Amino acid sequence: MKTVEPDLVPYDEAVAAYDVVMGIEVHVELSTASKMFCGCSTAFGAEPNTQTCPTCLGLPGSLPVLNQQAVESAIRIGLALGCDVAEWCRFARKNYFYPDMPKNFQTSQYDEPICFDGATTVEVEGREFVIPIERAHMEEDTGKSLHVGGATGRIHGADHSLVDYNRAGIPLIEIVTKPIEGTGALAPQVARAYVAHLRDLLRSLGVSDVRMEQGSLRADLNVSLRRAPEAPFGTRSETKNVNSLRSVERAVRYEISRHAGIIDAGMKVTQETRHWHEDTGITTAGRSKEQAEDYRYFPEPDLVPVAPERAWVEQLKAALPEPPAVRRPRLQAGWGFSDLEMRDVLNVGALDLIEQTVAAGTAPAAARKWWLTELARRANEQGVELDALPVTPAHVATVQSLVDAGELNDKLARQVFEGVLAGEGTPEQVVEKRGLKLVSDDGALTAAVEEALAANPDVVAKVRGGKHQAAGALVGAVMKATKGQADAARVRELLLERIGVDH
Amino acid sequence: MSSITRDEVAHLARLARLQLPEDELEHYAGQLDAILHAVARVTEVAGEDVPPTSHPLPLVNVTRPDETHRSLTAEEALSGAPAAEDSRFRVPRILGEEA
Repeated sequence: MKTVEPDLVPYDEAVAAYDVVMGIEVHVELSTASKMFCGCSTAFGAEPNTQTCPTCLGLPGSLPVLNQQAVESAIRIGLALGCDVAEWCRFARKNYFYPDMPKNFQTSQYDEPICFDGATTVEVEGREFVIPIERAHMEEDTGKSLHVGGATGRIHGADHSLVDYNRAGIPLIEIVTKPIEGTGALAPQVARAYVAHLRDLLRSLGVSDVRMEQGSLRADLNVSLRRAPEAPFGTRSETKNVNSLRSVERAVRYEISRHAGIIDAGMKVTQETRHWHEDTGITTAGRSKEQAEDYRYFPEPDLVPVAPERAWVEQLKAALPEPPAVRRPRLQAGWGFSDLEMRDVLNVGALDLIEQTVAAGTAPAAARKWWLTELARRANEQGVELDALPVTPAHVATVQSLVDAGELNDKLARQVFEGVLAGEGTPEQVVEKRGLKLVSDDGALTAAVEEALAANPDVVAKVRGGKHQAAGALVGAVMKATKGQADAARVRELLLERIGVDH
Repeated sequence: MSSITRDEVAHLARLARLQLPEDELEHYAGQLDAILHAVARVTEVAGEDVPPTSHPLPLVNVTRPDETHRSLTAEEALSGAPAAEDSRFRVPRILGEEA
């Protein structure tokens, strides 16, 4: 069934005319060593179907046993989001026929989530937004399907599919917000800030490696519009599996324009799941929800209830790491960054990277400079998150220490990063292989200095006549002759010495 | 009193991917109805003080430490599969299910 979609309404007009309501579901893969209900490894990138067993393949006679670490992680996530922890809760079978689960059901939690009723705060453009949390529950990830025969490897037009069950059964926590209201035109940024906030929080808890590009953190974005904040909720669409911060913002923005177009045309928004297309920046229709949601949930008979002891929960609560809302101002004050500088740091996701670089001995301003300029630019060019670059905080600290020691200037330092990014090894190895060393040895510089003096008698005359700033042209000539590898300050000293003026 | 209709049986059959002819829908509606009535009698004796029971044993918190075990090889995992390709389970096209 093909329907013609009305034109999009420009974003500014859409948010001027309608009130936006969002709901965000985030799935996070836990970084446990083993799966949720069996001892198969969770390591990413293994050969297909080499991390399965009778339990996660759903073979007859197998029985699931719950991973203790996963329960602990689920509780810690809930506590960090201000949730209550259930006194007693069960797992449930979510029944559906889809080959990504070999059991024909997913073991999940239904009406008894382990954590519920929390709230967390994010900041966008200096305004605070409280994100109410409905629940955080335990479930298991699904297998990975490869669609064969279609033009682009997508499900549409595929002839058949190939399934790898390595991922099936990896512990997953689903974190669901209550309706997020009152964000106005900032909705896309609030959605992005919330997912970024969760990522930081989960990383600080050490419960997940939160690699969005590997799918260990992914967001489902529910968007609906209504005429006014007093009106009942409009019909929502759910854009599934959005896996970068940038896409979260773009997908919400797109859906707002799309919904406004449908409503303006006097049509009704269909309640359905949507697929996000990173390349074209649009969403397309997936399953229609009305008939799809009949999962016949029932309590999982093979797993006994989970009843976390109160003393244990209290102990986990007391041991939570410093929350981001406390940590950020502390770091900002310690580093002496302005609000604007700090906002840039958070926007590019450089907070942890800078903290680690500073911990490795680099001055905060220098750490910020490298991560926010040269490295942010490279990450942007490659379309990856900053922390997915092969450059580590230790690398940045090494490069900066070489700059501080006068062995590299900024230009050479950028070449070192270029080498590290190109896979040429550590900064030391790149310096060695590329021969990147600032020449400050007088002997090596003297020839270039003499040459510059001989070639520019008029400039020399000006400098001798008192125009010291004219020496810049001579320094430039020497730098050019030494291919930028000379120590500019030392070159200037040598030049002025030879010309015979004080410096 | 009939508590399950023919349409409900058809719906359940579709969810379970069972193709039932018309006469069987009627037949199973009657049978399922009898089963539901039998189970419903239990609620007559369960008072307010008896919570719905999903697990017969009073056990909670049965967990295992987060340790890995040896997994099957891909060959072993695929040995029972009706079809395999590139070390993966080969399944019919999914689109018909999803649309």
